Order: sequence, then structure tokens, then C-alpha cells
Amino acid sequence: MSMLHLVNKSPYESNNLSTASSIMKGGDELLLIEDGVYGAVKAGKASAMLEGCTVSVMGPDLAARGISEDKLADGINVIDYNGFVELVEKNDKVQSWL
Amino acid sequence: MAEETKKFMYINRKAPYGTIYAWEALEVVLIGAAFEQDVSVAFMDDGVYQLAKGQDTSGIGMKNFSPTYAALGDFEITKIYVEKESLEERGLTLDDLQHLVWEDEDEDWAEKDSIRLVSRAELGDVLAGQDVLFNF
Repeated sequence: MSMLHLVNKSPYESNNLSTASSIMKGGDELLLIEDGVYGAVKAGKASAMLEGCTVSVMGPDLAARGISEDKLADGINVIDYNGFVELVEKNDKVQSWL
Repeated sequence: MAEETKKFMYINRKAPYGTIYAWEALEVVLIGAAFEQDVSVAFMDDGVYQLAKGQDTSGIGMKNFSPTYAALGDFEITKIYVEKESLEERGLTLDDLQHLVWEDEDEDWAEKDSIRLVSRAELGDVLAGQDVLFNF
């Protein structure tokens, strides 16, 4: 049983990314949306929390915030809204960390 | 009788699109500029993200208000403080931010940098010297 974990808050303002990334089990996936995308920036301190996680990030939310894809931590998938739907379909459950 | 000029400081601590704070702050700053006060603006914590260059909101259906920061100099808002520790924690440098300038009419409209990179301690000193603080 796999779970898709959604994080939409900045890791520098809330502990959502910390909680989500540490509770995730093997086979689970993490999707960063809205202000959550700041956690995907390689040079930022928060990116260390992503280690060992399967991570996707919303491209339109990156672009809005002026983050180019070359700034992301290694191994992160950049997706669009269709990719979001695919992730929801693919996993058994969705957990939104609000 | 004209009232005394006060030192107004607007403190921005939120990222630009996840909440409405950043945009609202910008509106209030511009309204405040019309009252001819001594205005400063500070960006710290997630607020530093507001000044990131290259913002393109076409994919999220929201207005990109980031070009407005470049107009602050025309409203005589020339003191923009950016906190160093907040940039570092987020893996950002001044190069990742817009280059904001103002024109000094006392020096033949010479273009000068508006952004002042300060440490948290220095920003604390700046805050201590203000008359009125607005938080967003």
C-alpha cells in the first residue's frame, strides 16, 4: 500500500516537510506543491530532509517563484498538473500535510 | 501645521504566492509612500523569496507582482534591507534577487543600489531606530 504525501508549506516556516519525510515508508512518494517547492532547492538547508525519499515537485509552482530546475536537489522529478493526477491515481492513498 | 516625519518600517516575512501577505504588504507600502514618511522595507525569513528574480506565474493563474518592487525607487523608497542569515539558510545570494535601484536627484540622478544586505543583529539595530513597525 503506497501513499502520496503532499506538502504545500515552506519548510522554513512549518515543520510539515520534516514530519512528512520522516514518517514516509518505502514505496511512498512525496510531492511538493505551492510554497512546499522551496524544500526542493539543493542549496537550501531543508533539502537534506529529502534524502532517501522519492520526490516530485510542481513545475508551475517552481516557475512562479523564480526557481530554475538546475537549482533543484538531485533526482527530483518536475511534473505538471497532469503528472499530479497520475501520482494520485498511482498511489493507494493521499496524505495532505496541512 | 505639518506633522513631523516618522520612520516607518515594513517587515516582510512571508513567501510571495502561498498567502496574500506579500502582495498586501506591497500595496500598503505604496499607499504609505504617498504620505511622505521616511519609509524602509525589510525582507527576512521567507520574505526574502519575494525579491527572487525570474518569477513567472503564467502556470499558476496568479498575478506576478514582482516587477512592482523595481518601482519602489520611484516612490522614494530607497532603503530595502535584506537579512543575510535568511538568504544563507535558503541557499540564496544577492545574485538570486532582483537588482533594485533608485536615482539620487542630489547627485545628477545617479543610480544607486536600494538593497542593503544586513545581518540579523544589524537589522535589529535598524528596527530599534524606527518609529512605527508594520508586519506582514
